[in-house]
Amino acid sequence: MRYLPLTSDDRAGMLAKIGVDHIDALFADIPSNKLLKHLPKLPLHKGEIEVERLMGRMSARTISASSVPFFVGAGAYKHHIPATVDHLIQRSEFLTSYTPYQPEIAQGTLQYLFEFQTQVAALTGMDVANASMYDGSTGCGEAVLMAHRITKRSKAILSGGLHPHYADVVQTLSEMAQAECVTLAPDVLAGEDILSQIDNTVSCVVVQTPDFFGNLRDLRAIADKCHANGALLIAVFTEVMSLGLITPPGEMGADIVVGEGQSIGNALNFGGPYVGLFATKSQYVRQMPGRLCGETVDADGTRGFVLTLSTREQHIRRDKATSNICTNSGLCTLAFTIHMSLLGQTGLKRIAEINHANAVMLAGQLSAIKGVSVLNKSFFNEFAVRLPGNAAHLVEQLASKHVMAGVPVSRLLPGAGLDDVLLVANTEVNSDEDRQAFVEALKEVL
Amino acid sequence: MLNRQGRPTTPGDATHNDHPTFTGNKALSQIEPLIFETGRLETTGVDYEAPQSFKSRLAELERKSEIGLPGVSEPEAMRHYVRLSQKNYGIDTGLFPLGSCTMKHNPRLNEKIARMPGFSDVHPLQPVSTVQGALEVMHTLSHWLMELTGMDAVALSPKAGAHGELCGMMAIKAAIAAKGESATRNVVLVPDSAHGTNPATAALIHFIVKPVPVREDGTVDPAVVASLAGPDTAAIMLTNPNTCGLFEKDVVAIADAIHAAGGYFYADGANFNAIVGKARPGDLGVDAMHINLHKTFSTPHGGGGPGAGPVVLSELLAPFAPVPFVRHTDEGFELVESEEEASNHGAHAFGRMTAFHGQMGMYVRALSYMLSHGSDGLRQASEDAVLNANYVRACLADLMSLPFGNRPCMHEVLFDDTWLKDTGVTTLDFAKAMIDEGYHPMTVYFPLVVHGAMLIEPTESESRASLDLFIATLRDLAMSVKRGETERFTGAPYHAPVRRMDETRAARSPILKYTPPQAALEAAE
Repeated sequence: MRYLPLTSDDRAGMLAKIGVDHIDALFADIPSNKLLKHLPKLPLHKGEIEVERLMGRMSARTISASSVPFFVGAGAYKHHIPATVDHLIQRSEFLTSYTPYQPEIAQGTLQYLFEFQTQVAALTGMDVANASMYDGSTGCGEAVLMAHRITKRSKAILSGGLHPHYADVVQTLSEMAQAECVTLAPDVLAGEDILSQIDNTVSCVVVQTPDFFGNLRDLRAIADKCHANGALLIAVFTEVMSLGLITPPGEMGADIVVGEGQSIGNALNFGGPYVGLFATKSQYVRQMPGRLCGETVDADGTRGFVLTLSTREQHIRRDKATSNICTNSGLCTLAFTIHMSLLGQTGLKRIAEINHANAVMLAGQLSAIKGVSVLNKSFFNEFAVRLPGNAAHLVEQLASKHVMAGVPVSRLLPGAGLDDVLLVANTEVNSDEDRQAFVEALKEVL
Repeated sequence: MLNRQGRPTTPGDATHNDHPTFTGNKALSQIEPLIFETGRLETTGVDYEAPQSFKSRLAELERKSEIGLPGVSEPEAMRHYVRLSQKNYGIDTGLFPLGSCTMKHNPRLNEKIARMPGFSDVHPLQPVSTVQGALEVMHTLSHWLMELTGMDAVALSPKAGAHGELCGMMAIKAAIAAKGESATRNVVLVPDSAHGTNPATAALIHFIVKPVPVREDGTVDPAVVASLAGPDTAAIMLTNPNTCGLFEKDVVAIADAIHAAGGYFYADGANFNAIVGKARPGDLGVDAMHINLHKTFSTPHGGGGPGAGPVVLSELLAPFAPVPFVRHTDEGFELVESEEEASNHGAHAFGRMTAFHGQMGMYVRALSYMLSHGSDGLRQASEDAVLNANYVRACLADLMSLPFGNRPCMHEVLFDDTWLKDTGVTTLDFAKAMIDEGYHPMTVYFPLVVHGAMLIEPTESESRASLDLFIATLRDLAMSVKRGETERFTGAPYHAPVRRMDETRAARSPILKYTPPQAALEAAE
């Protein structure tokens, strides 16, 4: 077996040194009637060629995003990732290292985490960011629990523009943690009255912008009402690239900002691993979940970085911890940080403009088709369109014509009466030909 | 000594520390500023043409403020991050005996396969008809996990070990609620030796944590469990093999005691690497167990993630598994994504753990690892992991102290600091001296049930020669302690990219992001 260096001679010699005559003597604490006598009923070992062939067949039974005109978004986005990123994250010293608990031999990881925290704070317009969560949705759940700790209240109001999966994650966590969670009705046109929901029993309000349907939302009035009532505003985003072009939540009064960072540096990966971004105001830092990296000096006075404020964390505080999170998204944060360092603010702004311009162009082309209307007043790179028919069926028909048209809202909100609404995303990877192919194919199936 | 050209071939007697350099660099060990100190606000390392003019649809929400993040060109980025990487220790650098973390070899075949377009370049919300291969990976992985654990179902979506714990405990909470016992059954027993995530998880969803003292041999006493268990008991969270490196020999009696009280048995599967192919949690009375794919099945740790924490469930808990899950039908693979849809299949899904379907990138790597090993290789890996740990134990038992006696351990061996008493050297000092010798330290000060713990997990990836050198090194260090050479330890590390870090200072006045000098100056005024 190519991964196991011990030879049978090694094994025999080592058993002798240990002073036992059979490997099972080392497993003597397992009740003898529970020790397996036979191998599990699974195939035997395979060489690289066979494994690659088997897995390759499965890969081939899936249609990849790059192989077709691709407009699928709704919380995960197809973007171009510079080749440098994937090369660097495969450096052994990054890929095969552990959580930096021994800072003297983990300055590489710690420094990029510090860079990551700086980048996330700047993008969101907040004071501090942590070293990542699993993804945007779980970060959102943690943000709500954090708000409950700060306000000592337990009622969350979720906007109807929040990604339905995020709402489900918060709902599940809230039920289990015996907290109240009010989810407003799906809000395609960003017309909901969230202000009337806010009173002094509310712990936090969770609003996404750009929202699930693509609308941009001004958070200022909501923030003001929250603060007047002692509640916190949690701002959510699922498309981090939007922050290159739109006013960051931190400048609109958000107290906690959480979102999905996948768009910068990370592949689609069929939904994971992704990287949750989590930022807040300085005064709340000790209530934050997750790891934090901080600057310090070594014994010679040289600048260096360590994990810090760990008295919030489970390995120290156990049942009094701010969260149970341990492993986070280390390597995905690295991919994010490298891509963001390559972009810089200049590159980010440019790529965000391209995303927006492409989406504006496609919105114009689609709304020119008879029976098709774009529902958004505002959007970044994704918008909702109403189709003259069932969106899920049309998406299937378009898929058979090798166009991935978007996400039918009914897939995430079944029974919401939005069966004719399709979410369409358009990023920098889409060309004029892609858009043309989409428009032509849609005309054919309508 | 000089060679024939008169060039010295051995260094002089001066140590390297006496030769400061102009740059502060030490050959391959380079001082590397933060990216913000080298980058420029107008620079970017990507080339994109400006879009043609268009009518913005941003309402009044265009960003007016400067983001304040400089960019760098591609060669600068490459050099910056390569230099940072050189300040890191990884499995590929050397032996990484970090107990409880299973730092085994990460086969690069798995990286290659994870990047196949049918896995990496696929959107989670593409039509199900276009992602059959991806769903097949999830289905096949589930099959392997159920076979290896002897359990009835698996919830794949949890994103890491602690998230898997949360998922398992939520399933237990849902099962208790279904029996109408929510109000009364709310205590979770957690042994003192447990990972910190266990009590944190239980507390997160409002269970009351009741600690279970560990008996003198490092294991849990079923009689104590029986005495603590009652009608208020929701579950026990037991790590097996436990964090002392021992298999809980009374695990079946413990399971019986919990079940007799009407509670559930949650197993922390962090140490599953010791028993794959040797014993099945399902045969031991386990109701739910998470599996750290990034430990046992070698998806890379990546500097602290991403992980993946699928949870295997017993027949009793299976109906409560969260959405989504994959079903195999005559027409192919289906994805059940909502609770309503789940109930059409007779399930009572307790909800959703995460957006989309979990850590696909990790599933692919883990499945590739499993296919490569096969049932025979997986069992051999566990046997080798246990053999290696016991070999280390046998070779160090005369110099270092074993809190539970010199008896067989599982895949990790636990020492305490009794042998360091009155030497002026602490566990931490000893660990830092290992860094100078080119090793990553073992896990220190965990588990909490022994004083100054040193938990060594060599994994199956080490050859005998590698172990022999590691053992010889630890023996040399131990002898050095006993000779009173405390400076070798208390000042260590001397040879790492940085010296020992001031963690107190970091926590007292936290600096959590870079602030440009000018802004820092203004803020101070």
